[in-house]
Amino acid sequence: MMDWAVDIVGWAFILIGCFFAIVGALGLLRLPDVYTRVHSAGVVDTVAAAFMLIGFSFYAGFSLVTVKLLLILAFIFFTSPTATNALANAMYSQGIKPALVDEEESPSKP
Amino acid sequence: MAKTSSQPDAAAQGNQEGRQSPRPVDHVGRALSLAVILFVTWLLLSGHYQAFVVTLGVLSCLAIVFITVRMDVLDHEAFPIHLTWSAVPYWIWLFKEIWIAAVDVTKVILSPRLPISPRMLQVTSTQKSELGQVIYANSITLTPGTFTIRVFDGQLLVHALTQEAADGVLTGEMDRRVTKVEGPA
Repeated sequence: MMDWAVDIVGWAFILIGCFFAIVGALGLLRLPDVYTRVHSAGVVDTVAAAFMLIGFSFYAGFSLVTVKLLLILAFIFFTSPTATNALANAMYSQGIKPALVDEEESPSKP
Repeated sequence: MAKTSSQPDAAAQGNQEGRQSPRPVDHVGRALSLAVILFVTWLLLSGHYQAFVVTLGVLSCLAIVFITVRMDVLDHEAFPIHLTWSAVPYWIWLFKEIWIAAVDVTKVILSPRLPISPRMLQVTSTQKSELGQVIYANSITLTPGTFTIRVFDGQLLVHALTQEAADGVLTGEMDRRVTKVEGPA
C-alpha cells in the first residue's frame, strides 16, 4: 500500500516535470528571437529538471540514489545559469540585437 | 569593511589582500572543513564501506586538499563555506520565486496571443564582492523570465521576457537578499 502511494507521488512529479519540459520546447518554437527563447529554456532547466529529479528519487526509493539525484539537481542549479550567461554574453558581444518592445529604452552597449 | 565599501574596485582589492596575508587559523579551518565535506561526499557517492576502499577514499580526499592548498585556491571564492547558513533560507526563497516565475512564463508561452514584451534593463547590484555579484546574476538567470546578459562595474544588464518579469527585478528584493547572504564581507 505504501509502495503504491510513493509510486503515484513519484509519477505525479515526473509528469509535472514532463509538462514543463514540453512547455519549454513549445516556447522554443513559438518565441520570436534567440533572446526570448533563452527564457523558455530556463523553464526546462529549472522547474522541469527539479520536478523530474524529485520524482525519480521518490520512484527509486530512499537510498544513496536519492542523494545522487539531489546532487545532480544542485549541480544543474549551479551550472545552467553559468552556461546561459556564457551564451547570452556571446550573442550580445557578437552584436545580435534582441527584438525589444521599445528600442529607445534599451541601454547602450557598455 | 568601511574601506572596501568606499573603494570602487572593492572585490578585486579584498581578493588580493586575502592572498597576500592569509590568516593561518582561517586557512587550517578551511582545509579541515574541505576535507570533511569531501569525505562525506565520497561516502555518500560510493556506497562501499570495506576498510580498504574507505582508506583509498580518505587518501584521495587528503590528496585533493593538499593540491588545493598548494595551488592556493582555497579562498572565499572557490570554497565559500562562510555562506553555508545564510544561503539556506535564501535558497528556499529562491525556489519559491523560481516556481512563481516559471508558472508566469508557462502562461505566456501557452497563451494563444503570446503576450511578450521583451525588454532590456540595467540594474545596480549592491553586493560588495564579486562572489556576491555572481550569486545575484545567477539567481536572476535561474528565475525564468529574466536572465543576465552581462555584469560590469556593479551593474547588470538584464533581459526580461515581460513587463512583470522586469518589474520583479526592479523591486530589488533579490538584490537585498543576496547582499544579506553575502554578509559583512
